[in-house]
Amino acid sequence: MDPQTVDRHGLDRLITHLAESGFEVIGPTVRDGAVIYDHISSTSDLPVGQGDAQEGGQYRLVNRGDSALFGYNLGPTSWKQYLFPPKTELLHIRRSNGDLVIEEPPTRTRPMAFFGIRGCELAAISIQDKVFLDSGYVDRTYASGRKDLLLVAVNCTTSAATCFCTSMGTGPKCESGYDIVITELVDDGETRYLVAADTERGESIITAVGGSPAKDEQLANAESAVQSTAADMIRSMDTDGIYDLLIENPDHPRWEQVAERCLTCGNCTQACPTCFCSDVADRVTLDGTAIRERRWDSCFGLDFSALNREPVRESTSSRYRQWMTHKLATWHDQFGSSGCVGCGRCITWCPVGIDITEEIVAMKETVST
Amino acid sequence: MSRRKLAVWKFASCDGCQLTLLDCEDELLSIAGAIDIAYFPEASTTEVEGPYDLSLVEGSITTPHDAERIQTIREQSTTLVTIGACATAGGIQALRNWADVREFTSIVYAEPSFISTLDTSTAISEHVDVDFELRGCPISKAQLVELINAYLNDRRPYIPAHSVCMECKARGTPCIMVRDGVPCLGPVTHAGCGAICPAYDRGCYGCFGPSESANVEALAQWWKGLGVEDLDLVRALRTFNAYAPEFKEVSDRYA
Ligand code: SF4
Ligand code: SF4
Ligand code: SF4
Ligand code: SF4
Repeated sequence: MDPQTVDRHGLDRLITHLAESGFEVIGPTVRDGAVIYDHISSTSDLPVGQGDAQEGGQYRLVNRGDSALFGYNLGPTSWKQYLFPPKTELLHIRRSNGDLVIEEPPTRTRPMAFFGIRGCELAAISIQDKVFLDSGYVDRTYASGRKDLLLVAVNCTTSAATCFCTSMGTGPKCESGYDIVITELVDDGETRYLVAADTERGESIITAVGGSPAKDEQLANAESAVQSTAADMIRSMDTDGIYDLLIENPDHPRWEQVAERCLTCGNCTQACPTCFCSDVADRVTLDGTAIRERRWDSCFGLDFSALNREPVRESTSSRYRQWMTHKLATWHDQFGSSGCVGCGRCITWCPVGIDITEEIVAMKETVST
Repeated sequence: MSRRKLAVWKFASCDGCQLTLLDCEDELLSIAGAIDIAYFPEASTTEVEGPYDLSLVEGSITTPHDAERIQTIREQSTTLVTIGACATAGGIQALRNWADVREFTSIVYAEPSFISTLDTSTAISEHVDVDFELRGCPISKAQLVELINAYLNDRRPYIPAHSVCMECKARGTPCIMVRDGVPCLGPVTHAGCGAICPAYDRGCYGCFGPSESANVEALAQWWKGLGVEDLDLVRALRTFNAYAPEFKEVSDRYA
């Protein structure tokens, strides 16, 4: 199927069609001064005319002065909160006539549609797929969210100052892993949306929604908008030799320097769309029922590495080193790819603006001289 | 096995933390069913003599009499747990530690000579061994129930000592410090409240005291970058947990 174009009403029809087909539609919307992902029912729920200004430890919504639907980048929450929620009940345990009854709570049955997912975020989902589905153990919560998940992606035609997907090969163009991809085109003052499908499901949805075949010029404009986003990207990470750099320098003085600034608060790991660590605890009532619950955890906590109550990674430098070395180096050993997709969330949402790209630059400089 | 005996003690404090126990409406009956409430003047006039298996201690030590009383309580208690910021860090009344207590008494009391008080307000752990410290001003009901439950089942309570930010992210609040430049103590504050304040556009006040590896100085530096004056930084650190060592060290540096 050739790419089609629709106007904003066409996207509204798309959202309605998804809802009527039984999907729980989740997309970007503004809450508490930031773009977050929540239920949407029309394009007016989107952050219309909003952009964002991001830097290390800083995020501000800005009014773009237009009616763009996708003129911002990423907020603090990622899609992982829907596939790997911050709290998940794993088991219900109770006593009945002297026996222990253990039940697994039901998982999701209604499929979700993620509307407005970006290239880096598609890459993050494919990374978490490896963790939760393809590593020899299937996580039932994740699998239930992932089943029939429909992905309506957006090619980025703008990037935040914290984005570095070009370096990580994950964006700003969505290359694969989606059902439908949208590119926002500002054409003679009239905004059009180029929609293209990558799956049969995506095709039939586009057919149902209707549109007009894209003209060559529109296709060219879309391509150049995405290319200039890539070309204009401010941040980058030189991934050349990064594995050896990290593995060979566990005692680099930079680890101590970053530890002076790091609060060990864990925000970077909670905001990161690929971080998957969790803790499991039982919530027990005095009358003897228990709910086994999984909660997001972080390698910045002391309990995380506690063996027989004592942490293996006690110093802040060892915890920061663990995080960054895992993301950028040992993830390759474990899952065959980098654990970083270049979304920049850990930079923006670190309360003191610690920047993973800057840390790599600093280490590279001192190691090579 | 005979039922274990619980005692609840009060020192210099507002009563809020021990009232949390009474506030456990749904769980109170199960608690009373599982443990003998042997001494709890707020709840009952019946007093069963010690020794006690579990003592919950609220409040800080501010008088010579209290300094002696806590020793007796420790001797009578197999397990002693402090509840709340007063018992754990000295409370808001530890602000006296930076001032002259006699000046206060001369202003407040008609006959200051009747007042017998120490120069300082100190945490219970400054005086006796403490088995566990439950944080908060006031403590969290859920954590209190978890503590009693864990105690009764001889397991370690599940009370993470990581930052408030972990709870803030879990509830999906866009960080107010990042999105609005509002100074927040969350990154150096012990979790437990569920990150309520940031959800209502307020910076964390630090009610639960320092988190497990609080880097208060680094946060102070960042706050200065946000335009926070030294005096305001000192005020933020000197509230309910002013005398917690991690907060005190940095507030003294900027005072
Ligand atoms: S990192 Fe790239 S793909 Fe992700 S939001 Fe930024 S520009 Fe888009
Ligand atoms: S490490 Fe940082 S930039 Fe990389 S994927 Fe995680 S949050 Fe995004
Ligand atoms: S790098 Fe930043 S976000 Fe991560 S733990 Fe340290 S201070 Fe917190
Ligand atoms: S608002 Fe405060 S508690 Fe929440 S993430 Fe930000 S710094 Fe942490």
